[in-house]
Amino acid sequence: MSTEPLWEVFVRSRRGLSHIHVGSLHAPDAEMAVRNARDVYTRRQEGVSIWVVPAGAITASSPDEKDSFFDPAGDKVYRHPTFYDIPDEVRHL
Amino acid sequence: MTAHPGTPGTWDGGSTGATVLEPRVAYVLGLGDDALVLAHRLGEWIAAAPQIEEDIALANIGLDLLGQARTLLSHAGELEAAGRDEDALAYLRDERDFRNLQIVERPNGDFAVTTARQLAFSAYQYELYDRLRASADPTLAAVAGKAIKEVTYHRDHATQWTLRLGDGTDESHRRMQAGLEQIWPYVEEMFEPGPAVAGLVAHGLAADPGLLREPWAAYVHPVLTQATLAVPEPAFHGHGGRRGLHTEALGHLLAEMQHLHRAHPGATW
Amino acid sequence: MDATETDPREAAFQDLIDADGRVEPRDWMPDDYRRSLVRQIAQHAHSEIIGMQPEGNWITRAPSLRRKAILMAKVQDEAGHGLYLYAAAETLGVSRDELLDLLHAGKQKYSSIFNYPTLTWADMGAIGWLVDGAAITNQVPLCRCSYGPYARGMVRICKEESFHQRQGFESLLTLCRGTPAQRAMAQDALDRWWYPSLAMFGPPDGESTHTGKSMAWGIKRFSNDELRQKFVDMTVPQSHVLGLTIPDPELRWNDDRGHYDFTPPDWDELRRVITGDGPCNRQRMEHRVAAHTGGEWVREAAAAYAAKRRAAEATA
Repeated sequence: MSTEPLWEVFVRSRRGLSHIHVGSLHAPDAEMAVRNARDVYTRRQEGVSIWVVPAGAITASSPDEKDSFFDPAGDKVYRHPTFYDIPDEVRHL
Repeated sequence: MTAHPGTPGTWDGGSTGATVLEPRVAYVLGLGDDALVLAHRLGEWIAAAPQIEEDIALANIGLDLLGQARTLLSHAGELEAAGRDEDALAYLRDERDFRNLQIVERPNGDFAVTTARQLAFSAYQYELYDRLRASADPTLAAVAGKAIKEVTYHRDHATQWTLRLGDGTDESHRRMQAGLEQIWPYVEEMFEPGPAVAGLVAHGLAADPGLLREPWAAYVHPVLTQATLAVPEPAFHGHGGRRGLHTEALGHLLAEMQHLHRAHPGATW
Repeated sequence: MDATETDPREAAFQDLIDADGRVEPRDWMPDDYRRSLVRQIAQHAHSEIIGMQPEGNWITRAPSLRRKAILMAKVQDEAGHGLYLYAAAETLGVSRDELLDLLHAGKQKYSSIFNYPTLTWADMGAIGWLVDGAAITNQVPLCRCSYGPYARGMVRICKEESFHQRQGFESLLTLCRGTPAQRAMAQDALDRWWYPSLAMFGPPDGESTHTGKSMAWGIKRFSNDELRQKFVDMTVPQSHVLGLTIPDPELRWNDDRGHYDFTPPDWDELRRVITGDGPCNRQRMEHRVAAHTGGEWVREAAAAYAAKRRAAEATA
């Protein structure tokens, strides 16, 4: 029984946007992975650029570390646009 | 009456079964039938492919080809101006009136036979559409402009699998070589001049099939070599598809494809 | 830890669920939650893959090129949905290979609806209208399910699914407006697919073993009977547009309840079909297993090629 490596797929749908994670798939190597990703994740012209990354190559932060890792940023609420009350008549902000 | 190239005294030399068509109609119909028949064959792989990713990939290629077929058949119908639309042409012609190359009607076989067929035929379509982009027929030029992008991908897909099957395991190598041997007798026909094509080429409407052989081989042969496969040297070559002379496989294919449509004459679906 | 003491992580987990938050792959979760999700997502994925067969059955006989293209695209979408769902299940620590092994061994199931045969072209329309309609009724609430990867997969699937139901309905409408033979074909398909579609929502609430816990965990949002009723209420008016008769003499609008009264599907039949005694169970599994084992040499070749190239790169 052959087991194929797992790849995570990121797609950028338009110039000017970032790649976003859309899912994963199995493929024996990178060439097949990127081609399979095109077939599976961009059938409705949903992609300008595709990245595939071996799932094992991804280092993830641990949810347990969340408090010390992320809380300092949570304090700085002025980074979030909802913190500011902008009068309705000001547009494009 | 279009002259048949068959030699007197041969089994197909005096054959008159195919309906006579104006050369331009026959040419466009041939390209459309190639795409239609192969799309049908690829449809047979759905829910039977070696992995789910290949069900999706082969369906993709099949859908691209079906799209090409519909445009080409509709165009042939317009050129003929006898009121036949894409469905009338697909579902109401008999075996001797289909103008596809024999390579596309060959049964799928195993994944290696299919891969061999996809490699040979996609590489042919690539060269064909590359030249048809400059056709004096604006519809053909437009079809080719879109299709070249599609068949670039089809050819690449077949290449990736040829490499993996040829240079994978002993079993896959054996099967891939056997697949090539099954398909190669039908390669030569792709480069034969069909009836009256010379006239169309002279008017800039068609691509000369004979000129496609060299660039085709320049792509395909190195792929086979890299895949550790031998280029087959078939003793027999299939001929006659453009004149409506097919292998026995086509009759069964059409029976399945056409039966329901023909069972309800005039119905809309 | 004392068995009667509540794990504080369990309490935090339940708080997250109750606040309608999302559980993500590396979060702590109760074993039961993980197991339930793996089972539900995997069986959903298996359903998509097996579902390709009854519809794939008519691709080579589609009666127009447009219908052929639509059907090929639909079945292709189903393969894609299977892949999204296997991917979601894999985030829970199982591999697709393991899940396929369980399917092939009959230890994980797929939707019972696909154990019925597609006997005529009209079945394609009936499946799109009824089966996809029932699936959408089931699936839309799952877009808000508590497990992030499953919810996101479902959002993607629901977007693609709406085309499936519309094309099925349109195909039947064309038949209903066509020749007498076509109209009869459409009615015959409805006659055979109506009750199996109702059965897709599972056993009645009283008999459903998994519902309670699934709802507490935000995996299931509505009960089987609630969804079944919703489906009937939506679908009956659509049958009027088609001019077809739903094969239920007890079907009628109940003003007091504000819903349609209807005959439930035969629960014995559902039980038999789920446990393997449906018209197509053996055939579906044999076809599936044949594709998988028949394709093993191909998958092995791809793996061998990849290994050779890795070895070549390592020594380069």
